[in-house]
Amino acid sequence: MAIEIEKPSVGLSKVAVSETHGEDSPYFAGWKAYDENPYNESSNPSGVIQMGLAENQVSFDLLEKYLEEHSEASSWGKGAPGFRENALFQDYHGLKSFRQAMANFMEQIRGGRARFDPDRIVLTAGATAANELLTFILADPGDALLVPTPYYPGFDRDLRWRTGVKIVPIHCDSSNNFQVTPEAMEAAYRCAESMNLKVRGILITNPSNPLGATIQRTVLEQILDFATNKNIHLVSDEIYSGSTFSSSEFISIAEVLETRGYKDSERVHIVYSLSKDLGLPGFRVGTIYSYNDKVVTTARRMSSFTLISSQTQHLLACMLSNKEFSENYIKTNRERLTRRYDMIINGLKTAGIECLKGNAGLFCWMNLSPLLEEPTRESELALWKVILNEVRLNISPGSSCHCSEPGWFRVCFANMSEQTLEVALKRIHKLMEQRRRRN
Amino acid sequence: MRLVVPLQGVVQGRGGLIFGSLIPCALFYFLQLYLKRHRSPNSRSNPPSPSASAQNLAELTRTSSRSNLLSRGSIVPVLISSLATSISKPNDSPYYIGLDKASEDPYDRIDNPDGVIQLGLSENRLCFDLIEKWMLENLKDSMRGREEGDLSISGIASYQPLDGTMELKMAMAGFMSRVMGGAVSFEPSQMVLTAGATPAIETLCFCLADHGNAFLVPTPYYPGFDRDMKWRTGVELIPVHCRNTDNFMLSISALNQAFNQTRKRGTKIRGILLSNPANPVGNLLSREMLCDLLYFAREKNIHIISDEIFAGSIYENEEFVSIADVVDSEDFDKSRVHIVYGLSKDLSLPGFRVGMIYSFNENVLAAARKLTRFSSISAPTQRLLVSILSDARFIEEYMATNKKRIRNMHDLFVAGLEGLGIRCADSSAGLYCWADMSKLILTYGEKGELELWEKLLHVAKINITPGSACHCIEPGWFRCCFTTLDKEDIPVVMERIRKLADTRAASRG
Repeated sequence: MAIEIEKPSVGLSKVAVSETHGEDSPYFAGWKAYDENPYNESSNPSGVIQMGLAENQVSFDLLEKYLEEHSEASSWGKGAPGFRENALFQDYHGLKSFRQAMANFMEQIRGGRARFDPDRIVLTAGATAANELLTFILADPGDALLVPTPYYPGFDRDLRWRTGVKIVPIHCDSSNNFQVTPEAMEAAYRCAESMNLKVRGILITNPSNPLGATIQRTVLEQILDFATNKNIHLVSDEIYSGSTFSSSEFISIAEVLETRGYKDSERVHIVYSLSKDLGLPGFRVGTIYSYNDKVVTTARRMSSFTLISSQTQHLLACMLSNKEFSENYIKTNRERLTRRYDMIINGLKTAGIECLKGNAGLFCWMNLSPLLEEPTRESELALWKVILNEVRLNISPGSSCHCSEPGWFRVCFANMSEQTLEVALKRIHKLMEQRRRRN
Repeated sequence: MRLVVPLQGVVQGRGGLIFGSLIPCALFYFLQLYLKRHRSPNSRSNPPSPSASAQNLAELTRTSSRSNLLSRGSIVPVLISSLATSISKPNDSPYYIGLDKASEDPYDRIDNPDGVIQLGLSENRLCFDLIEKWMLENLKDSMRGREEGDLSISGIASYQPLDGTMELKMAMAGFMSRVMGGAVSFEPSQMVLTAGATPAIETLCFCLADHGNAFLVPTPYYPGFDRDMKWRTGVELIPVHCRNTDNFMLSISALNQAFNQTRKRGTKIRGILLSNPANPVGNLLSREMLCDLLYFAREKNIHIISDEIFAGSIYENEEFVSIADVVDSEDFDKSRVHIVYGLSKDLSLPGFRVGMIYSFNENVLAAARKLTRFSSISAPTQRLLVSILSDARFIEEYMATNKKRIRNMHDLFVAGLEGLGIRCADSSAGLYCWADMSKLILTYGEKGELELWEKLLHVAKINITPGSACHCIEPGWFRCCFTTLDKEDIPVVMERIRKLADTRAASRG
């Protein structure tokens, strides 16, 4: 029975009134603080600096340059002859040229070590939709997905809200750099069983958000073996695959499958998007790449609820099939992200703060546990509030990522200018000095 | 087993019998393992391609992928959800089968004169020349950012409000107001923009109903509702039958009857889903009827969803009354009224995915806003549309011309059908007409209707939508979309129908 708000006004559904959207958690509360008092170099130098948004702004100039030099991407040719066809195109298969371009781009990112078939690509309006869609397809309401912690806070909403599916965490800790272990996976599986939940799959993010590190080959093999053993699905969210600091350290699950001759690959599905690697979250471009025919068919049909604008598909097809552009972009983007990463790591080190050794992503995983009054979640949140309200930096507390160890924070570094990052680092220095003096 | 006895003899002493049976089993196991390891892998460097293109009919051959699975060594294939299983089945609705067939062999007056003429897709191609002209003259400027004056990508690259930018909402508000004849003004803050009207309807459904609840829907209705409203929400659609004698107009008594019958069997009704202008019939709900519906909804304490996506596709000289207009002018409880709209029909841009939920209910808006993260409009498209929709002069000219051209095509097409003795329902809007082809059916009934549909598709090679796909209670009615045609194609269509009709009359003797 749906909850009636107040008689006699007409009631809403359970989905509508549920809290599963999670927008009351600190992860999102910090954003509100930023929205109310946003930092601006000239007009508001004491405002809140947004370090909780994993957005890539370091390579906009490359995109702008391309668009300026290639007006055919944002138009439909002289006299707009392709316009009519494009404006009418609402086929859920998606533009073939765009799928081809995405497949090529995904191959380039993986240094050609895996091949992608454009006919296995299903397009969605963003990776958020892709993850939700896959969950609808792989699990029934009430079933469970295993997800290693710490994980992206948005999963609580994207995987659970409308689908009715549950998340059972696979606990990871700093003793081995938060890597997934077979024991941890087994424990999570048993935990689900004890709650009478049917486990349908395991969802990993590789490179990891919030850790900012790629998953090692041996661990990937173990995860795949575990999934095979339990006969469940494996979803690999590789949204940060193009944001690695070196081309060779990232190993995609596609490569692991390749070496195994694609044996038993029907349980594997990859999620990708251009929101992070290409810095285009506003474009709403996501994909599901599945090795399972039925999943491809079903996902395609269900993508009717989340199609990508054909105008955008056309634009990106032009851009991504330009080899010169894509190769240069991937290389330059990597270099710039590495530079940023080094800048923030060194800056934090000088302030006396250690981070997890990272090699990918738009953020670093910072260890502030020495600053905690007590090794508890409450202490972490208290520290987070200080950092938000006094230091005026919005960073994401590990508890919002379900981290089992208190004191870790995710700090984004690619959504601002270098100058702003300097300001943020200065503020952190100040905080650490104050703490040292106090002690 | 023939190994066991001699082995028993070989393994003397304790456990002889056990070893005698264990060893052959072990040998058998190792033999299997050996064979598994040395089976040649599928393909060293390329992932296996999907078994066929995902066309409906082609999917019937997909059972071969099952055997591939087994031969690769897995004993039990990994399962997908029950929802996915039902969706993955080949779609047997004539609506979809017809669309597939038409796209496989599309008619072209010059290049493929024997192809299938597509009359099953309610798309409007009559005014593209106007939009193309606008693009030619304005595209460069339309993609410019407001701030720096040159192509600033950061304005559209970054995360935008997931329920649409305020600029686009304001532009849409202005456009909708014009579309509805200027009688209503729309509030941008009451809009939630989505990637097409398809997710708009589904999102509304998620907000208003729980799994297992129901909506009343007048028939005949748009076949897509069965997917949009039911697939993932688990909601039921209860048909409220309308008949030819009333020109397929909805009656409150029919609504009441359906409501009571459904409630009796323990299902909770959450609302009524209307299409106004109606699809597939093309008639309009009068102001009085809208009032009656609002009274009914108040009495039963349910919602009304009004899908007004064809509001701008009314024929010249007809007048459309939006439920927003009625709700404004009378003293009704607005919190139960929600409108769905989009640009796929009125501006002929289905590929760009622009739809909206317009609601007077703050709680629904709050929930819907959060749900739009799963189906937001792409930012470059939002920017382009702000430009087009803000060009008031262009929009006025476009809408006036559009209505005129739809009226002309409608009149020609309907006259053509009348010349064949086929009557159409009275309609004032829509990109289609609702034709009574019952005289061409061999055996009156749904089977006969489907037989006619099949002959029309495969023999006459025209794709039209049979009434049964729209849940029409009276057999023989077909929806024919005429806005994808050129004037010159109309006689071709009529000739093909006439030919089929003659063959059937002849065979009847």
